[in-house]
Amino acid sequence: MKIVLTLGIAWVSICGTLYAQSQTHAFLNARIIPISGDDIERGTLLVRDGKIVAVGGSDGVDVPAEAVRVDARGKTIMPGLICTHSHLGGIGGADGSAPIQPDVRVYDSINVHDSGFKRAWAGGLTTLNIMPGSGHLLSGQTVYVKLRGGARQIEDFFLRDAEGRVMGGMKMANGTNSMRKSPFPGTRGKSAALVRERYIKAQEYRDKIVRADGDPEKMPERDIGLEGLVEVLEGTRVVHYHTHRHDDIMTILRLREEFGFRVVLHHVSEGWKVAEEIAKAGVPCSVILVDSPGGKLEAVNLVYKTGGVLERAGVQVAFHTDDWITDSRLFFRMPALAVRAGMSRAAGLRSVTLAGAEMLDLSDRIGSLEVGKDADFILLSGDPFSVYTKVLETWVEGEKVFDRSDAKDRLYAVGGYGAGADSEPYFCCFDDGEN
Amino acid sequence: MMRMMGRVMGRQSWTLSLCISGFLLSSGSVVSGQVAIKGRQVHTMEGAVIENGVVVIRDGKISAVGRADRVQIPAGFRVLEASVVTPGLIDAHSTVGFSGIFNHQHDQDQLERSAPVQPQLRAIDAYNPREKLIDWVRSFGVTTLHTGHAPGELISGQTMVVKTRGDTVSEAVMVEAMAVAATLSQSARKSKDKSPGSRGKMMAMLRAELIKAGEYLEKIENAEEDKKPSRDLKLESLGRVLRQEAPLMVTAYRAQDIASALRLGREFDLRLWLDGASESYLLIDEIKAAGVPVILHPTMMRSVREQENASFETAGILRAAGIPVTLQSGYESYVPKTRVVLFEAGIAAANGLGFEGALSVITIDAAQILGIGDRVGSLAVGKDGDVALYDGDPFEYTTHCIGVVIEGEIVYDGSR
Repeated sequence: MKIVLTLGIAWVSICGTLYAQSQTHAFLNARIIPISGDDIERGTLLVRDGKIVAVGGSDGVDVPAEAVRVDARGKTIMPGLICTHSHLGGIGGADGSAPIQPDVRVYDSINVHDSGFKRAWAGGLTTLNIMPGSGHLLSGQTVYVKLRGGARQIEDFFLRDAEGRVMGGMKMANGTNSMRKSPFPGTRGKSAALVRERYIKAQEYRDKIVRADGDPEKMPERDIGLEGLVEVLEGTRVVHYHTHRHDDIMTILRLREEFGFRVVLHHVSEGWKVAEEIAKAGVPCSVILVDSPGGKLEAVNLVYKTGGVLERAGVQVAFHTDDWITDSRLFFRMPALAVRAGMSRAAGLRSVTLAGAEMLDLSDRIGSLEVGKDADFILLSGDPFSVYTKVLETWVEGEKVFDRSDAKDRLYAVGGYGAGADSEPYFCCFDDGEN
Repeated sequence: MMRMMGRVMGRQSWTLSLCISGFLLSSGSVVSGQVAIKGRQVHTMEGAVIENGVVVIRDGKISAVGRADRVQIPAGFRVLEASVVTPGLIDAHSTVGFSGIFNHQHDQDQLERSAPVQPQLRAIDAYNPREKLIDWVRSFGVTTLHTGHAPGELISGQTMVVKTRGDTVSEAVMVEAMAVAATLSQSARKSKDKSPGSRGKMMAMLRAELIKAGEYLEKIENAEEDKKPSRDLKLESLGRVLRQEAPLMVTAYRAQDIASALRLGREFDLRLWLDGASESYLLIDEIKAAGVPVILHPTMMRSVREQENASFETAGILRAAGIPVTLQSGYESYVPKTRVVLFEAGIAAANGLGFEGALSVITIDAAQILGIGDRVGSLAVGKDGDVALYDGDPFEYTTHCIGVVIEGEIVYDGSR
């Protein structure tokens, strides 16, 4: 109890220093894409204390006298982008010792000064799900972060739920990435068996805790790995499941059925083959779209139309950068290429904002421009799906964290001498990264 | 429009026409359909954009280009239409056809790791014309590829130029032996006690090999008939480099390595191509003075390790400085297995290169740098009938390539 209290106080003080933006900012005459409603051709966005206080047509929003007025004529404003699958920050999750390591927290490995986060801002990203790699059946706990300015340690990036708990999911993977020599599985059948055995252990662990009914004598010995899995079983920790092939997707739906966990399917290269099944299960998909198929057997059937096919089947679709597989600065390319291949524009815009927020249980706070939500938004020079459009500014919780007109920020946006030196992610057991 | 036209000739009938044409023409080039392509905008790359233009292709070659009201489309020609018509795109450096889609040992022929210097490896002996990624890049408008052995060894082998069609290498090939590919970057460095293990050693080895090749040439030219050295494929290939019959394409990223490549070029009076060259913006004057073209890295290359200082703006900077520059899809070891040069040019277009500049670097500029400008790279009478059709600005994310024509043959109908 004492620990929780201390953490709570620390949390409040961090929030206090990081987004104390008491000034009111009014962005006037902008084209506004709120995501939650129709586009506003000429509108006003009003933000104060890190929150959105008004959004609407220019005629409908009263701008207080003390507000800092920003003329955003000719510019487009939309919510900060949400990446549901990123490896930024020089992450290192599970190591090579075992295929299932739910005890590992990826946030114990993140360098908040990594230049990758500056590039993410330049791409308009404000919230990430940072994950360990896919070289394991289960490579550890992921962390949902808000890319606040001035961060000194990972705590400054944390998003916390109503109880003050650090938010994050559980990274799992099936298919070939997690198959190799023992103790790792050598086949798909073994992969599923190992996962099932571990979740059955977690069920037993949970049942012991329930039976103990608060009696410390009867409590099982603490196991931080099983604790993480119990959170999965209870639905407070969502499984983010790397998967490509259609049969691997079906395996996940089967495991989900058996253990009742909440899951987001990631990559989903062959999702177009089982779109109806995914829709029927009501499972959301975070899709990756890269410039060509192949590079590994499982991605040979990757197509640009996956987003559209899933959308039409009724599946909630997000995209993700998988940075460094793709570059956070170019995140808009992915929904735009999906729209090119038949996805609706509305679903494309939603896929990098509100859809992601829903997958991370954050849709009450981020993902759209609505009164009361966090003031996370971006200013664009033009249409989000045009190659020529630039992210001009990125704001997180009412604070400007990226300004393309600033030479230092611009260096990270376009690259150049001195823009490099970011830390590379650690992906256990791979030579060439992961996907 | 293209979507509604008749079915593209299937592979079988195409093969048939190739057989017939092979019989008729010793050169191996293909007699193809007679096609006229109408475009709301026709980018010929030979002057101003033609509004409402038409390109007529007869027997595989462009026979007329101009405004639709001035060019007669001959009777019986198939007519295609698009908003935007461009020359078929040229990817100035790729490994497609060598580095296959599956990324398994059996389809990876881009790099032989058994020795650091193997200029004798011919590209024609490894190119797989049925590789799926050839069709993939073609579906975005790419009709010509400079492809071959990938960077990665000090001298990895030879490269070639192909058209993105053909069932055999001889049907695909345009230039059998193009460049010899050398690498001055981390990827050529060996570990432990193997050479080259350092930057200094890489240069020392390259110099020694070129000196040896020079001596070999000398002996062949001057020695009496009975004292001529026996044939050495490795030295023959390097001899072509020394005689400037083949460019030495040096892949280097950091400024110091680019400077080393220029030093090597000066010492041996080579025809040099800089490849990758992510820090080339630091050596503008030196590269310009050397008269060396740059086959720049993919604009979206991951900026890590030696490539950490890459910039989206480099193509624009080099072109503005008057350095011949072109773009490439490069080599990818994982996912995606290839990039698409159209996309790379699009990002460059939006970052200083501009629309016209970006289209130039993947058409006419690429053709001139590769020395194939007499056949491809622009829409001009007498050149190959290689054309790409789009339903909008080719660089926009949401634009579709709706057709591709190679030497008058419709090889892609926009159906992907």
